[in-house]
Amino acid sequence: MEKTTKENLTRGIFKENPTLVMLLGMCPTLGVSTSAINGLGMGIATLFVLILSNIAISSIKNLIPNGVRIPCYIVVIASFVSVIDLSMSAWLPSLHAALGIYIPLIVVNCIILGRAETFASKNNVFQSICDAIGMGIGFTMSLTILGAIREILGAGTIFGYPILGLDANPILLFIMPPGAFIALAFMIIVFNKLREAK
Amino acid sequence: MAKKIKQKTESLFRLTSSLVIVSCLSALLLSYVYTITKAPIERSKNQAELKAIESVIGNDFDNNPYEDRREITTADGQAKLTFFPGKKQGKIKKFAIKTYSDEAFGGRLEIIVGFTINGRIINYEVLSSKETPGLGTKVAESEFKDQFQGLSPKSESFKTNKDGGEIDAVTAATISSRAVIDAINRAYNAYDKLSTGGKNGKDN
Repeated sequence: MEKTTKENLTRGIFKENPTLVMLLGMCPTLGVSTSAINGLGMGIATLFVLILSNIAISSIKNLIPNGVRIPCYIVVIASFVSVIDLSMSAWLPSLHAALGIYIPLIVVNCIILGRAETFASKNNVFQSICDAIGMGIGFTMSLTILGAIREILGAGTIFGYPILGLDANPILLFIMPPGAFIALAFMIIVFNKLREAK
Repeated sequence: MAKKIKQKTESLFRLTSSLVIVSCLSALLLSYVYTITKAPIERSKNQAELKAIESVIGNDFDNNPYEDRREITTADGQAKLTFFPGKKQGKIKKFAIKTYSDEAFGGRLEIIVGFTINGRIINYEVLSSKETPGLGTKVAESEFKDQFQGLSPKSESFKTNKDGGEIDAVTAATISSRAVIDAINRAYNAYDKLSTGGKNGKDN
């Protein structure tokens, strides 16, 4: 029992990392990772939605008839995203302003629906929370690293602090959309090599 | 798993009722969250506006620019902007105008811009924007903003360097940079119309 808990907690971080292995949630990944702090903020917001929706879905899984389970999941997820959206604009207005339109887009982030369908609808609440935490951390980690890479290469800063010096000439491409694809591709290569080596 | 239960067809009633129940519960949750966040959201919006006014024209006045605000019309008479006068002994010393541009990259860009009484820019603050995070949002950072200090929108060179002016656009965000200039021009023209056309209006 303890082994499965640990397994559920860590699965999302390395073995089945949602971004780098399952390649889910590409839209927010490519869109918000222009800086490390944006990636971190988006990751944490997704983590909260993932935990809440996994709790809700695993606790109502037996009450929902099979035929309408997906619409129900979407209603549940959309409600939690709105909750996070409202709470952020009430208590964290500056982060909310920075993430802008990407918060409502968490609804269509397939990681959340994916975990609801493949994990939370088949496991108990506690294991679902573990899975959500693991997946959320994995997603946050990859977004933050991708954001950091793009920020260092494209703007010469990390979390807003200049590190390359003033006369540095950053590769602007990495801040722009094509840079997101290039950086992500290299990240996936490195990650898969690491996974193979293990 | 071995004895797979034959899936019984779910009645339409059961399908509908469970979806309705889930929707009702989520509506309840949302209305609750909306009620408790309404006041803080309102407050943080007002505070952002107050703070923005202070940061563009300071607080060295004997009136409250926020309470003395009024609406002014744009030069073309099509829209309304908000005018915040900062007065000393009844005379306007500096003023801020809440203005907007629809030429931004991601929809409407709202800024508040502070002017001295002779129409030179003091500073501006972005109130709301839908610009790309990390690119267009850089128009809110001091590296770009500081260029505007002391400029007059009346000047010929009040344009981005891409358009032959003296303001260096944010790299990869020329459209957002132009939108800021567009918004400031709108505010300036509205003020210009007010001060030359309506000087003996309701202002003292």
